[in-house]
Amino acid sequence: MSAPAVSEPSHVALKEVVRHYEGPPAIHALGPIDLAIQRGEFFSIVGPSGCGKSTLLDVLCGLVRPTGGSVQFEGKELRGEVPDGIGVVFQEDSSMPWLSVRQNVAFGLRTSGLAKQEITERVDHAVSFMGLAQFADHYPAQLSGGMRQRVCIARTLVLRPRLILLDEPFGALDQQTRLLMGDELLRLWRETGATVLLITHALDEAAMLSDRVGVMSARPGRFIDMVETGWPRDRDSRIVSDPAFGALTARLWSSLREESLKTMGRAA
Amino acid sequence: MTRRRAVLCVRVAVLAGLVVPLELCCRTGIIDPLTIIAPSDMVASMVDLLGSGELNESIESTFSTIALAFVLAIGLGTLAGALVHRSPRLRDVSDPLLASYYSVPTFIFYPLLVALLGLGKPPLVVLGVLSAAPAVMISTLSGLDGVSSVLIKMARVHRLNPVRTLWWIVLPAALPRLFTGFKLALSYALIGVIAGEFILSGTGLGYAISFAYQSFDNRAMYGVMLFVMLVAVTANGILYVWEGRLARRRSAR
Repeated sequence: MSAPAVSEPSHVALKEVVRHYEGPPAIHALGPIDLAIQRGEFFSIVGPSGCGKSTLLDVLCGLVRPTGGSVQFEGKELRGEVPDGIGVVFQEDSSMPWLSVRQNVAFGLRTSGLAKQEITERVDHAVSFMGLAQFADHYPAQLSGGMRQRVCIARTLVLRPRLILLDEPFGALDQQTRLLMGDELLRLWRETGATVLLITHALDEAAMLSDRVGVMSARPGRFIDMVETGWPRDRDSRIVSDPAFGALTARLWSSLREESLKTMGRAA
Repeated sequence: MTRRRAVLCVRVAVLAGLVVPLELCCRTGIIDPLTIIAPSDMVASMVDLLGSGELNESIESTFSTIALAFVLAIGLGTLAGALVHRSPRLRDVSDPLLASYYSVPTFIFYPLLVALLGLGKPPLVVLGVLSAAPAVMISTLSGLDGVSSVLIKMARVHRLNPVRTLWWIVLPAALPRLFTGFKLALSYALIGVIAGEFILSGTGLGYAISFAYQSFDNRAMYGVMLFVMLVAVTANGILYVWEGRLARRRSAR
């Protein structure tokens, strides 16, 4: 699906992006994909398991080069390196168990060249923002899974990224914690003004959090539907009781159901 | 009573359960002093030997050899482990060799080492390294295998160069398993060197035990044996406590 027509240049732009993996067996994982994400947009991607969502995230942040096509961030083409201004939160716990919460959060600033005072202020702010002030001197092993993921988000936040990529960050959490973490993510998005790209397998999460949701096909992943949610910017998890929320989730599922069945058939 | 204190009490009780009956059996003549002397005599002999300075040269010789073998084993073992980890082909070749390495008694090469390197420190150092380095190599491989791929991805996202990735991510992540290797290396280096001295050397604590044994000087033999045991247990105990502190930080709940 092509990008929507807009007047200002896209914050992130993918043109004819394709990703193959050499075999054996050779795999066509992704594309061709065209996508334009506007500055300050909250964009989510849903798709069946193995459709290439995480590959797309790796391509988007420059961890993986596309086999074909181009990826641009702020008008500059990515060339196999993660550019300044992009922060990534992974699905797996990537907190460092040998560092305290404060040290984990400060990790990305070690090479920033900032003054010690500035680093301390940024870290304190990020730790408080994520509700971790009481646990600043704890180690990850002393925290719950949700708190560890908040440490990882704080570590990204402290770098003040202009684009935040999240790869199923709440995948291992229970439903209630996910809703609350979703609220925190929305607050973070509003207050930082960053562009957010969320990859998730949870349709309700995508429907609740996003301005726009891209639905991907089974492998090789392509966009088969693009859904505008129309939510106000100051939304939170209470919108799950809005009748429009049910309609949105239903539309996402109707787009996705056949693709999920294809994936199951392939697995069988 | 805390759990730690209870465990300590049980340990002391087990030790006392071994030492006190032995002391009684030796004192009452049930055990011939030509076979084993009383533990209190072992302690007295050790104190006398250390106080007289008679063992100073042997202590210096043995522990400097062990220290050299230990440092070389850590350096070579870590380097070899890192190289093999990077090369799947080398890994395929080395895995079965490493798995069966400790079934070969390395002491059988001691005569060859003496023929090649002469008497003195070099063959003992080589024996210590041969005993200890593979343990470091195995633990390095295990440690590097255990570094989570998401941490490596995270390093790339933070645009860390290879040296910083190694220093800030890989080594700290692998440290608990590396530490296990270092602990084993210390024990193996100590065993390798003292056993080497015992077999053929003319210096060191191993030789002192062997000399006392051949001279029927049970008192000196058990005094030196006790000293070696205490040093080995203390050194391992220090590493054990250090390792425990590292582990507690990473697994505290």
